[in-house]
Amino acid sequence: MSNYEHHDYDVLIIGAGGAGLRAAIEAKQRGLKVGIITKSLLGKAHTVMAEGGMAAAMGNVYEEDNWMVHFRDTMRGGKYLNNYRMAELHAKEAPERVLELEQWGALFDRTKDGKILQRDFGGHRYARLAHTGDRTGLELIRTLQQKVVSMGTDVFMEVKVLKLVHDDAGRVAGCVAYHRASGEFVTFAAKAVILATGGAGKSWKFTSNSWEGTGDGHAMALWAGAKLIDMECIQFHPTGMVWPLSVRGILVTEGVRGDGGVLRNSLGERFMFNYVAPMFRAETAETEEEGDLWYDDHNAGRRPPELLPRDEVARAINTEVKAGRGGPHGGVFLDIGSRRSAEFIRRRLPSMYHQFMELAGVDITREAMEIGPTCHYIMGGVQVDADTAATAAPGLFAAGEVAGGMHGANRLGGNSLSDLIVFGKRAGAGAADYVLSGQAATSLNQSAVEAAIKEALAPFERTEGENPYTIQHDLQEMMQANVGIIRTQSELDFALGELDKFTERVKNIAVKGGRAYNPGWNLTTDLPAMLAVCKTVALGASFRKESRGGHTREDFPTASEEFSKFNLAHSSNGGNWDSPIETTESPLLPIPQELKALLEEAH
Amino acid sequence: MADVTMKIWRGDASGGEFQNYTIEQNDNEVVLDVIHRIQATEAPDLACRWNCKAGKCGSCSAEINGKPRLMCMTRMDTLPEGPVTVTPMKTFPIIRDLVTDVSFNYAMAAKIPALLPKPMPEGGYRLMQEDVERSQEFRKCIECFLCQDVCHVIRDHEDNKANYAGPRFFIRIAELEMNPLDTNDRREFVREDMGLGYCNITKCCTEVCPEGIHITDNAIIPLKERVVAANYDPVAWLGRKIRRQTKKTSAEAAVQPAP
Ligand SMILES: Cc1cc2nc3c(=O)[nH]c(=O)nc-3n(C[C@H](O)[C@H](O)[C@H](O)COP(=O)(O)OP(=O)(O)OC[C@H]3O[C@@H](n4cnc5c(N)ncnc54)[C@H](O)[C@@H]3O)c2cc1C
Ligand code: SF4
Ligand code: SF4
Ligand code: FES
Repeated sequence: MSNYEHHDYDVLIIGAGGAGLRAAIEAKQRGLKVGIITKSLLGKAHTVMAEGGMAAAMGNVYEEDNWMVHFRDTMRGGKYLNNYRMAELHAKEAPERVLELEQWGALFDRTKDGKILQRDFGGHRYARLAHTGDRTGLELIRTLQQKVVSMGTDVFMEVKVLKLVHDDAGRVAGCVAYHRASGEFVTFAAKAVILATGGAGKSWKFTSNSWEGTGDGHAMALWAGAKLIDMECIQFHPTGMVWPLSVRGILVTEGVRGDGGVLRNSLGERFMFNYVAPMFRAETAETEEEGDLWYDDHNAGRRPPELLPRDEVARAINTEVKAGRGGPHGGVFLDIGSRRSAEFIRRRLPSMYHQFMELAGVDITREAMEIGPTCHYIMGGVQVDADTAATAAPGLFAAGEVAGGMHGANRLGGNSLSDLIVFGKRAGAGAADYVLSGQAATSLNQSAVEAAIKEALAPFERTEGENPYTIQHDLQEMMQANVGIIRTQSELDFALGELDKFTERVKNIAVKGGRAYNPGWNLTTDLPAMLAVCKTVALGASFRKESRGGHTREDFPTASEEFSKFNLAHSSNGGNWDSPIETTESPLLPIPQELKALLEEAH
Repeated sequence: MADVTMKIWRGDASGGEFQNYTIEQNDNEVVLDVIHRIQATEAPDLACRWNCKAGKCGSCSAEINGKPRLMCMTRMDTLPEGPVTVTPMKTFPIIRDLVTDVSFNYAMAAKIPALLPKPMPEGGYRLMQEDVERSQEFRKCIECFLCQDVCHVIRDHEDNKANYAGPRFFIRIAELEMNPLDTNDRREFVREDMGLGYCNITKCCTEVCPEGIHITDNAIIPLKERVVAANYDPVAWLGRKIRRQTKKTSAEAAVQPAP
């Protein structure tokens, strides 16, 4: 142990996005010694990019709203693949979690009578998203960051965790990591570890995710003995920028549609009216006039079809473009400029205005934006116990985007930020209870530490070998082409074959330069995790022979009763990054009768 | 499109030099795109920070042709013809290439007495939009630290860093002071410990802020007035005390348990 810098904690949190920071506050309030690790600087995690808002049934704009409606919307949006208990806790606890943020300094936009203002988003029956303009994620992360700092928590910035390490009894006992600035290794021992590492979208070519979204936590959990579920369910957000090419994939918030923006094809038609699935027909407007009434009063008309759940909208855009009704750069048009005043747009959507003006030279108060689907969010993740966030690996907890179950097959917009604070807090409490129960791990298995370090250094020893950037680029192309929005068996089989070849290529990377702040080396350490994620996604997609939420099969275009009963769960047979992955059916939790009744209620 | 020459500073704390990379430039690219392309081809170990690529996270700060800017929001076609120089922020110690050690900022942030809110009534606070707007402007800050980089008080005088918070943290203090829920008083703190007096209102910080925050007009000047009033004008001081009776001094606040 003496060879490396070393730290001991009661609770170690990997990830400083909303989930990790909220977990830290909770564990700290329990009086435990808490450390947080983040591979970027504090305050830069994905959470900072979230725009539209966080969903909580506070009923500030529509009194009719309550947790039961939110629960129902979440389950319907998730096509019933959700862990119902997570959806239930989330709907019940989100309002309280949002309110407490104000005591820590968050300043949300207000209603006329001084309450927190809530905005409309797809799939939510009522205006439900608490927000600060279109930079809600910034408000959330800054608030939690400032709270964590004021509590005197240790934060290790630009430290990248490579692998979780067990104790000799097989409990998760800490991790091996390295300081990006110096390239020096560091070990952490902890009685409990919480994964809050966020998403995995970086394996696709067009994505709203940053370099951080490589699914490290998903992979580390898999290798450490936890299970990954629903990995085939990937959210392609309907509105990413498509032009200029260099910004392709960057997100355009759903708030544009919530605030009145509509989608048109190259013929100027609001095509979404042609894509309303039977399960949503009763609650969707039939005409443009009816849809327009809805913005001002949700009881005067039904919601416009642009605000269907994201999977529905993304598929529709894909179909329109394939049918030749797309724009010049392969997208469709999102128009708010002709529908709302310039003043309204600049006030409600300042960063969208700025983003298009600066990056595309488009004035969204006058022109339509050309947009198309972009890989945005992974519904799948580590299987957890809803109440405690515990995983199948003793001592390991998970919360936020890295956890699976909450969103089922498709996430509703705004349900992630609220997920972070609800389950971040629960993970902090779950880990604290576990630590205080006295069954926690003792010390790191040293040979595992050495093995992880040896593996990380191997690419420096090869003089001849591949450039990691080339491999990442090829992987993104391959996943986009074969495991994208619309999937089919032959392409999935091809992808699985290719992924085996990528595994071999990763073993032959040569890294140039030294260890200190070397992005090429850092990417090399990401690639094993990216491959683990890609493999589970492709395996899940291949096994799930139906279409549901964020998983669409050309060869099985409808949902099937048979597949509605289980999640696909993946586990590692061996625990190494290139070990085989086993996939099994994991039955859904049975929904209690009183909650089932909520789902069936005709709203 | 035509090729462009990028003169990028490469090195570490022990020294370094410019290296030239001549590379194809595509339509509408930003500086960060070109840096990424150099990284993916010629120089996989070229160090730079970035996350969002959309001006939201404040990671990619550097000096482009000598001006502090975000690399992800600087379009190549807006720069003058000829080579483009990219250097790390000057005010902070170099780690490698374009990456600097910005821990000074995190250390300052940790010193600021937190929000000490009025007790929350059942069902949450009632706040009017007009009352939160002032502080909301400052909360737009993405912590790119470009204002810190440009501020001559620390850019040109390393020793001032120990006693000077810099514009980013003046707006943070102003934000807390103007938060309608706050009961803390940081006036003494901002004068004694944060060095507000060193700022001579050159407005360079406001000019570089990518979020367009009116750092000097809306934060620093009002903060200076408030501090001066607290120190030299007993009438104004008393007036404030009466109006905001709930305000605590930073010493009192420090012992108060946070919610
Ligand atoms: C552009 C954009 C807009 C969005 N808008 C919304 C919205 O309006 N509403 C909504 O609800 N959701 C939105 N989302 C989704 C939401 O922002 C994310 O799902 C959520 O922020 C994830 O939070 P998290 O805490 O799970 O992880 P993140 O915020 O992604 O944080 C992950 C953390 O883990 C760290 N980490 C990862 N791997 C390692 C490692 N190996 N070692 C050390 N540290 C590691 C990272 O450094 C980081 O600190 C948006 C997402 C994007 C990209
Ligand atoms: S106005 Fe003050 S804080 Fe801003 S750059 Fe000038 S001296 Fe620094
Ligand atoms: S105030 Fe502006 S320039 Fe300064 S750190 Fe914040 S966003 Fe950057
Ligand atoms: S990368 Fe986020 S501001 Fe430039």
